[in-house]
Amino acid sequence: MNTISIPLLIVIPLGTAFLIPLIARKKRFIADILGSAATLALLVLSILLFRYQGVYSIGGWEPPIGISWVQDGFSNLMLVIVSLISFCATLFSVQYMERYTSKHKYYSLFLLMVTGMNGVILTGDMFNLFVFLEIAAVASYALVAFGGEHEELEASFKYLVLGSVGSSFILLGIALLYGMTGYLNMAAIANNLPDSNTMLLMLATVFFIVGFGIKAALVPFHAWLPDAHPSAPAPISAMLSGVLIKALGIYALTRILFNVIGVSKLYGGVLITLGTLSMVIGVFLAVGQWDFKRLLAYHSISQMGYVVLGLGIGGYILASDGNIHAGTLAILGGLFHLTNHSVFKSLLFLCSGSIEYSTGTRELKEMGGLGTRMPVTRATCTIASLSIAGVPPFNGFWSKLLIVIAAIQGGYHWLAVITILVSFVTLISFLKVLRYTFLGELPEFLKQIKESPKSMLAPLIILAILCMGMGLLLIPGIKEVILDPASAVLIKGAQYAQDALVLH
Amino acid sequence: MIYSLCFVLFMIGLYCVLTRKNIIKIVIGLVIMESSINLFLVLLGYKNDGIAPINDKTLSPLEFMARSVDPLPQALVLTSIVIGLGVTTLAIALCIRLYEKYGTFDISQIRRLQG
Repeated sequence: MNTISIPLLIVIPLGTAFLIPLIARKKRFIADILGSAATLALLVLSILLFRYQGVYSIGGWEPPIGISWVQDGFSNLMLVIVSLISFCATLFSVQYMERYTSKHKYYSLFLLMVTGMNGVILTGDMFNLFVFLEIAAVASYALVAFGGEHEELEASFKYLVLGSVGSSFILLGIALLYGMTGYLNMAAIANNLPDSNTMLLMLATVFFIVGFGIKAALVPFHAWLPDAHPSAPAPISAMLSGVLIKALGIYALTRILFNVIGVSKLYGGVLITLGTLSMVIGVFLAVGQWDFKRLLAYHSISQMGYVVLGLGIGGYILASDGNIHAGTLAILGGLFHLTNHSVFKSLLFLCSGSIEYSTGTRELKEMGGLGTRMPVTRATCTIASLSIAGVPPFNGFWSKLLIVIAAIQGGYHWLAVITILVSFVTLISFLKVLRYTFLGELPEFLKQIKESPKSMLAPLIILAILCMGMGLLLIPGIKEVILDPASAVLIKGAQYAQDALVLH
Repeated sequence: MIYSLCFVLFMIGLYCVLTRKNIIKIVIGLVIMESSINLFLVLLGYKNDGIAPINDKTLSPLEFMARSVDPLPQALVLTSIVIGLGVTTLAIALCIRLYEKYGTFDISQIRRLQG
């Protein structure tokens, strides 16, 4: 494994995205095979490359002149998450997308979205980040509108307008950074930024926080998410909630805040505020929802709040030279929760897709008694619900525990209390879901329903096993291999610059 | 000073996106925002009495660098114009489909999704 393998992570999905409409227009099964093969190849490649760190310079132009793609602990972790969820989503799509007409266009857009996300994760160049971000974003706007009905179009338009405003803010921030330093390479920018916090640098940071905040749907900027995520087809909802808001929002924001600009007490405080707001407001908006997917979408906002809260506490503690142990733990907790959330939230969205496939409805009030008819969906959905609510021993419990411990060690007792309370509200909300979908009387019009086909159940089972087993990642020995490299990148902060310039 | 005019233009675009009811006008607001950023990028590389950044054999490299405008923002602006075009096209296509479904361009009447 060497630097040559890095571009494959971009080339495979991009090439397949253009190959599918060319050769699979007539035969639907070719599109299925190509789409699943591409995501499987990405999954294998990202796992093989997991221990590898390096820099690939495009066209042989060395940084800081050329565009470079950087692979380090943090991006490796994100790559595995993206590949895993996209593989499960394509597997699920094979049957689920049968009722839509142009399947090859769907796979094409899907793989373009994966290309964009992989690019955002790998790139070490500011403008390249913007380009990949737009590739992923434009593909996701189109995918949200894929059904072509009233609600889908409306949601997609809302998403497009807010997403474009966010991208504009990000581009403005990039332009300001270029004006200040004369570089676009992240490492070179980090080395050449003015030491003091000038007004311009503050302004650029505010633009980044607003822009990526819109992409990640943090609370003052969340209006598009509850419309866009439920309107998309279920595998796309799983991708959007599971990985897109993380790769385009959280990952890019933390990469720029921690590694390029350098986190300060002020920015740490802003992250803590945004995180707490998202956590609390998201969960209270979710409780009153009766549309299954809309409820899940509001919970995505709330769970993203946990991730940002963990990263914010870590950043604040590190910037104020506080308890280094607590800071490390908070960042680790944030990243671990990000990983866990992508697994259980995409599992929940796929479960909602499975239920919708069988019953044709998403309204919780219309369902009931599905438990006997759909045993596999019931089991996986219960596991995912317990995970998101933070019930031991499922994965969500461990990451929330890390965040709570870090908050207490760092002296934020009231934040720890809020975190636990939000977790309880989440549990109540999901007990409602389980009660109304799987228990109770089977309505008359659902007497005929059957369990979803096996190819749709396979990804559910894979993700459910991961939900149960991922707590093992915290065992000493495994933790050092998988999670620590990622959090180390953020803790090192500006040290990233030296690594990225030297590694190639 | 001239940079702040770009910022004013950006704010005008944002105001247009946030306050207009007609979805076509919202798209126009997005285009205004993009244009203001493109203008800002080009201005970053601008020099008074600068020459075009095409290699001139009669000048020494250092002198050429001192006199020519910065070519990098121009390359960036080209890319960002293309991206903007793609987004605008998708937005207009969505507007047309919305008009077919709802029979109106008024955003306050396109309201099936609730809180």
